[in-house]
Amino acid sequence: MAPETLQPRADSALPEQAMAPQPWRIHSVRPDVASNEVFSWTLYPEPGVEPGAMPAPGQFNMLYLFGVGEVPISVSAITADGGIVHTTRAVGSVTRAMQELRPGAVVGLRGPFGTAWPLEQARGRDLVLVAGGIGLAPLRPVIHAALERRADFGRVVVCYGARSPGDMIFRDELDAWAARGDLDLRVTVDRGTAAWRGDVGVVTQLIDRGGFDRRNTVAMVCGPEVMMRFAASSLERRGLKPEDIYVSMERNMRCAVGFCGHCQIGAQFVCRDGPVFPYPVMEPAFRIREL
Amino acid sequence: MNELLAIIEQEPFFEDMAPEHRRLLAACAAKRSYTAGTRLMRDHEPTETFWLLREGQVALESPLREGRVAFQTLGPGDILGWSWLLPPYRASYDARAVTDIHTLHFDAGVLRERMEADPAFGYVLMKHFAALIVQRLQAARLQALDIYSHGGPGHGT
Repeated sequence: MAPETLQPRADSALPEQAMAPQPWRIHSVRPDVASNEVFSWTLYPEPGVEPGAMPAPGQFNMLYLFGVGEVPISVSAITADGGIVHTTRAVGSVTRAMQELRPGAVVGLRGPFGTAWPLEQARGRDLVLVAGGIGLAPLRPVIHAALERRADFGRVVVCYGARSPGDMIFRDELDAWAARGDLDLRVTVDRGTAAWRGDVGVVTQLIDRGGFDRRNTVAMVCGPEVMMRFAASSLERRGLKPEDIYVSMERNMRCAVGFCGHCQIGAQFVCRDGPVFPYPVMEPAFRIREL
Repeated sequence: MNELLAIIEQEPFFEDMAPEHRRLLAACAAKRSYTAGTRLMRDHEPTETFWLLREGQVALESPLREGRVAFQTLGPGDILGWSWLLPPYRASYDARAVTDIHTLHFDAGVLRERMEADPAFGYVLMKHFAALIVQRLQAARLQALDIYSHGGPGHGT
């Protein structure tokens, strides 16, 4: 039997307002790496805008720069007073234009869209989060939720891999998580520096160190696809069942509601059926070259 | 011996080995601790040892003209050293204790003799090390791909 996909949240933005961007104002801009290549916006709705459902961990919004274009951006945090934090890496024309915006600017927002990380399924079990590069951003709300409801989970292991120490995002928060006794944070970089005292090597080696109950663990993986494939292999080698592994996919999402087909992978629309998928749903796609 | 066997039985690297093979390994093992900075292996020097790292961190380094660069670190549960398996039994990198470390140290010279004398045991241990080497090779390839420089989820276009 084919593995089932996750169901989008019933209270998500579909269909009302799904195609109409609402004005949200940038309250603050925070560079997440020294180069400002990765940055986080905290957004609040403009007066008169009904914010609707708050994004669940793993969901994304479409952010529209008027006159430039629209991009899907994952939610990296929700503030206590209803602000939404989006973390973006400037890699294309729209995100480079986003990099230039300052607090006070207004952008269009529609969403939230897509499937969420299956936190409820992880209740009472160990939770292993594997993040590569900026893939930590979509997993950060899971970490926040797990720490808020710490008693709901067994061991919480966070494996984070970055290109170099200077490319690590959320450094303050990583330090705070490392200082906690109830979260096992493991960080590695592909390339160390003379000053770096942490681990060097790929993020999969952090999985190989175990420290979680292979029979009772849910794993959530987010990063470049090749990293997710190797991470899933490592998790399976550690004894996890494929159906207990979830991955977050990225494709060129345009409509965000499963109409346009730009983000289609096989029978799945990443915007509607994902971005979070059970690994068995995506595993065949990982084996198809140039898909 | 019983304590060493108990440690070996708890380690994933040895978990699917037969009890008699674990006993053989325990007979060649000893608990050893090293202070931070200790050089456990040196590039191109003979090595007749491998270690199971139980606590602490070890850096694998390549010596360069400008100094040394760490290309990988090992932590608890990791195995250090496979150069003892195949001629010329020389290390191909440096290994340095980054922190104080606690290990199980294996006399690989004796183990190799046991592997020759007992091919079933030799095959099992060779399979375990082959899997470890493949795992490290795949990790090295992934590292060389520089995957994070090409984007990743969550950042749009």
